[in-house]
Amino acid sequence: MNLIAENLSYKPDDQFHLNEVSFNFKKGNIYTILGRTLSGKTTLLKTIAGLLTPDSGSIQFEDRDFLKVPVWERNVAMVYQQFINYPHLNVYENVAFPLKQRKVDDQEINNVVKKSLKSVGLEGYEKRKIQELSGGQQQRVSLARSLVKNAKILLLDEPLVNLDYKLREQLREEFKNIFSKGLSKESIVIFSTTDPREAMEINGEVIAIDEGKVLQVGSAKEIFENPKTLKVAEISNDPPMNILNAKIDLNKIMFEGIEIDVPEHLSNLKDKSFNLGIRASDIELSDGGFEFEVELAEISGSETLLHLRRGNVKIITSIEEVMNFSIHDKVKIKFNIDRVYAFNEIGVLESSPFGGSYV
Amino acid sequence: MGKIYKFLKYSFITVWTVFVVAPFLWALTTSFKDFNSVNGGATYIPWVDFEPKLEGWKVLIKSPANGGVDIIEPYFNSLFVTCTASLISIVLGTLSAYALSRYTFKAGFVKNNDITFFFISQRIMPPIVLSIPFFLFLGAIDLLDSLIGLIVVYIVLLMPIAVWIMVDFFNKVPREIDETALIDGCNPYQAFFKVVLPNSIPGLIVAGMFCIIFGWIDFFFAFILTFTEVQLLPVKIVALNSSITPWWSLSASALVSVAPLIIVAFIVERYLSKGNLSGAIK
Repeated sequence: MNLIAENLSYKPDDQFHLNEVSFNFKKGNIYTILGRTLSGKTTLLKTIAGLLTPDSGSIQFEDRDFLKVPVWERNVAMVYQQFINYPHLNVYENVAFPLKQRKVDDQEINNVVKKSLKSVGLEGYEKRKIQELSGGQQQRVSLARSLVKNAKILLLDEPLVNLDYKLREQLREEFKNIFSKGLSKESIVIFSTTDPREAMEINGEVIAIDEGKVLQVGSAKEIFENPKTLKVAEISNDPPMNILNAKIDLNKIMFEGIEIDVPEHLSNLKDKSFNLGIRASDIELSDGGFEFEVELAEISGSETLLHLRRGNVKIITSIEEVMNFSIHDKVKIKFNIDRVYAFNEIGVLESSPFGGSYV
Repeated sequence: MGKIYKFLKYSFITVWTVFVVAPFLWALTTSFKDFNSVNGGATYIPWVDFEPKLEGWKVLIKSPANGGVDIIEPYFNSLFVTCTASLISIVLGTLSAYALSRYTFKAGFVKNNDITFFFISQRIMPPIVLSIPFFLFLGAIDLLDSLIGLIVVYIVLLMPIAVWIMVDFFNKVPREIDETALIDGCNPYQAFFKVVLPNSIPGLIVAGMFCIIFGWIDFFFAFILTFTEVQLLPVKIVALNSSITPWWSLSASALVSVAPLIIVAFIVERYLSKGNLSGAIK
């Protein structure tokens, strides 16, 4: 009864858009596909919807060969990152469209559409034209349209990405609400995003994907605590995790003239080069720390992102307050060494502060 | 700055209006003149400069036996041929354009763009090049000097225009709209007719307008491919010319022949001013 894919590959040009993708999605769950732009997220969703046919592999759903079922019979719903609605219909007609297509009777359509518009906060907008709505409202119309269908598979392709900051926050909250109460135990929700924070907040099972390949599958917490590879660490952190090429020797971590005592969780790593990963939030300003030079300071919201450099080492740190720095300022920083990840030379997680290891 | 701009703007509009409207007024006054009023030097205002006569207009509906030319039948022939050919061109052209815009065709080195170019290439050749094959072709299937033959030729000439305009238009309609329709339970035909087509009305109107204009004003093929059985309006108007140029009836027939285009222009203009042509797709 699950949605099971095996070895989906799709290579329309000289690059894999999907590369041997397999998964097993269970009903009643939310899955978040996390990856950068062009990593294959949209391709994967379109393949599930039936808009693309993979070159090889299979998809099974409810004991049917899903690849043999045409799009219009699959009973999936999809929300695009662009706000896609039918411009020639008003809000009510847009939401009613899939039901009319199914020949549901008018009274029932009326009830369902009203309810759905209410759940996305668009009551009273029935008669409006799509062009008269703001981006956020347009996106809600397409969300309402995908909800009325009561589809067994709901695909959300970066639905929040084209909205401005405030609307995004607001709509994300609504998504969480709708996911927690509005969906039946019979449906599978697949949500794709580039934003690690969104993936953490949605809090479903996360599938980290890059260049069409599934890199890691696990809970949001698992991905955050024990990223399997450097690539996963890169995708699942914003700002990206700092990677330092360091040597561990004689119980010291050494790089660019800096020596730090090896923390407890890395003590079994001996005398080799490692890629150490440390999050921007685990680096703080400290008078007794190591000296770095400011290359760039950006203020985003209530925090300041500092791009620092020492010799060949470049790192990014985020400070939880708004501070002014000039380029070439010298700052002293301290690494929260108990939160350092160690990846081996080919980028596989060797040791994490949370005890994970994939070696 | 503002004043100079305003002055230049209105001067230009005035000059342009005179440029566009004057020939019509000239034709209108001339159509009510007779031989003496035309040849006796320039005259402008009816009843003051010259005595208006209906002779120029009467010639158009009188039978040849009574010294007229009778443009009524050619007029309806022209209307029929233009409208039928335009309609068929729009229907076929729209369907072809949608296919060219949404599906990938490949036959050896021939791809979508090549097919689109093939359509347009029919219009790149000078008409004279096409006339001989058309003449031979229609002769072979016995459709010379017939309405159907003319319609076939006009479809060949008009469909490229429809394809060209509509391919461009469909390329601007996001593919995701079709995909959403498919996801919402439409099969590809329903997606086209229920969703894509209603959003393409502005394109259809523009394409239709061009087809009607190009069909209506064609003289060359109507002249080459017809003899006595069937005549179209432009050919008939030219036939008015004889040893004495009858400026009055030529003017009258010119006015009558542009009338349908003026009506089309008014309809499109009203549609334009309602804003329906822009912003259909965000």
